[in-house]
Amino acid sequence: MTATTKGAQDTPAKPSATAGRPGPAGGIDVAHVLKDAVISALIALGLFGVIMGLKTEQAPGGLVLEENWERVIWAVGIVFVGRLLLNLTIWRRPGGKIDDLMPVGLKKYSGFVGTAIGAALILVALTLPFLPGAGRYHVDLGTLVLTYVMLGWGLNIVVGLAGLLDLGYVAFYAVGAYSYALLATTFDLGFWVCLPLAFILACFWGIILGFPVLRLRGDYLAIVTLAFGEIIRVVLLNWSEFTGGPNGIGQIPRPTFFGLEFSRGEGGFADYFGLDFSSMHRIIFLYYVILVLAFVTHLVSVRLRKLPIGRAWEAMREDEIACRSLGLSIVRTKLTAFAIGAGFGGLAGAFFATRQGFISPESFTFIESALILAIVVLGGMGSQLGVAIAAVVMIGGFEYFREFEQYRMLVFGAMMVLIMVWRPRGLVSARAPSVYLKERKKVGADMVSQGHG
Amino acid sequence: MSQAMLEVSGVTTYYGNIVALRGVDVHVNQGEIVTLIGANGAGKSTLMMTIFGKPQARDGRITYMGEDITRMPTHKIARLSIAQSPEGRRIFPRMTVFENLQMGAAITDGTHFQSDLEKVFAFFPRLKERMHQRGGTLSGGEQQMLAIARALMSRPKLLLLDEPSLGLAPLIVKQIFESLRTLNQEDGLTVFLVEQNAYHALKLAHRGYVMVNGLITMTGGGRELLAREEVRAAYLEGGRH
Repeated sequence: MTATTKGAQDTPAKPSATAGRPGPAGGIDVAHVLKDAVISALIALGLFGVIMGLKTEQAPGGLVLEENWERVIWAVGIVFVGRLLLNLTIWRRPGGKIDDLMPVGLKKYSGFVGTAIGAALILVALTLPFLPGAGRYHVDLGTLVLTYVMLGWGLNIVVGLAGLLDLGYVAFYAVGAYSYALLATTFDLGFWVCLPLAFILACFWGIILGFPVLRLRGDYLAIVTLAFGEIIRVVLLNWSEFTGGPNGIGQIPRPTFFGLEFSRGEGGFADYFGLDFSSMHRIIFLYYVILVLAFVTHLVSVRLRKLPIGRAWEAMREDEIACRSLGLSIVRTKLTAFAIGAGFGGLAGAFFATRQGFISPESFTFIESALILAIVVLGGMGSQLGVAIAAVVMIGGFEYFREFEQYRMLVFGAMMVLIMVWRPRGLVSARAPSVYLKERKKVGADMVSQGHG
Repeated sequence: MSQAMLEVSGVTTYYGNIVALRGVDVHVNQGEIVTLIGANGAGKSTLMMTIFGKPQARDGRITYMGEDITRMPTHKIARLSIAQSPEGRRIFPRMTVFENLQMGAAITDGTHFQSDLEKVFAFFPRLKERMHQRGGTLSGGEQQMLAIARALMSRPKLLLLDEPSLGLAPLIVKQIFESLRTLNQEDGLTVFLVEQNAYHALKLAHRGYVMVNGLITMTGGGRELLAREEVRAAYLEGGRH
């Protein structure tokens, strides 16, 4: 690989300013784009060929291998076309953007592998309900996984970026869920109105937790947040007049599609669009709602990381005393981290309530907090992609090992130990710097010859 | 005396019940390099931290440019054009050199960022080479340079330095002290330096204080103190390093 790219690099280095890097005028290097798409498709073939194409089935006399190449062709086709389209549209930006200015080594690593996996995940996430062979079970599972992806990203702000170990994150999930449930059942407010309210209320509770723990760090902070999570749960359990106590709250209204309900008969979603009524509509709709919410969480946290407040969170994680001596207010930095992290937990909670239609304190036990924290830690603190992968593996793994029943937690524990031995800082442990100054020009040319400038 | 930029008068500081400073009087005039020397545990770093509000002084008064900062929270003091490079450097190890410097400029409005950056890079060219490296991967000397550079990024008038020579090779120490002298002479930066390396510090400073057991026991011009028999005996034994 090095020999060929080196050669290619040297000769077209100069003209590539116009040829290799698609200029604003629109000169696209078709060969490059095609080559890229073919390579991606080959990688997809290697991956999906084994994952989707082959399946062991129980048959009399042992296991047999069942082949299903149709699915593989679909998957590879999607990767090929998707990659092609992305290269021709979104990734086709004029030079001078941040990517071009990244140091070479880093770009190679995070740029290629990262975007490839990320793009594949996004593609699968976007098309999941329509993938061949995807039934109600898969979409439901996808919704569950995405809920945890979102919770993971929310907690990542607190733990990964700001370095505040929060063992009671589920409290905000509960606040969001109960906010929506109570507002909807008492005041008859709709899901979309309550969503921002749930966010704000959860933020508010984040600040309430933040105040007493301002001076705490590490273990002490963890203990207090743990207690906070339990307090919220116990209050929900015992304040029967308000929260319904252990009976929970039922008949929580479902979200509507621009005012259309997913109900049978006149005025429903199916009726309006002239479709046959199917219970799948709502499930697919819910899936896309959580997908959008998760994306919003992702975009906001990526954005925040580049803003001064995000930088302050990271600096605070590294060294509080240094932060203070540089004139940053620890109070403000900590409280914003708690509030925003909590807010996203609240959004996920509101979604959980509307999806389930019924909530009770049982859903918000410590094990949930531990699970979300495990996702963040295993994924790699501060890494968006790592958290997403960890959520897929953990929640998907839970489902997968359901048959083993009592051994499930054992496998779960073993997996955690193994990952911590193998990669002590999580799956994706590299922290990409958030800002670059313009590097030397040579670097820019290098990028171009890589084909993804 | 009323013209002093930083004035510490009669300050006492306690850690719980243990007294660390017993009525310290120190002042730093504009444009000076002042050093505070003393043995381990004399209270040098405590004085530095007390000036920055953590721990707060129990008695006495600290003023900066006429403003009382004795009870001010640390981050507000840092916004008064005083910069501190705390003991043990305390750079952000997992952030790049560039990001560290950005954090230093967090309290500025950002308009001078580029020119300030050029300036500190001119002083410490090594940092420019290592701009995209993580702070934690730098050598000790480079980390110290980064700590000073980061403090300079906030455009301070007064720089408080706590043991910049700690754990560094003599050559690097010399280099760092040289840059302090240049900063003082060319930019008029006032420097208050806490040091154990008495020889280098006193040679550099206009004035010096000697601290023993939470009290200032001697004061005078830098070279003058260097020549004093008591100072030589107590702090320069074993030759100059």
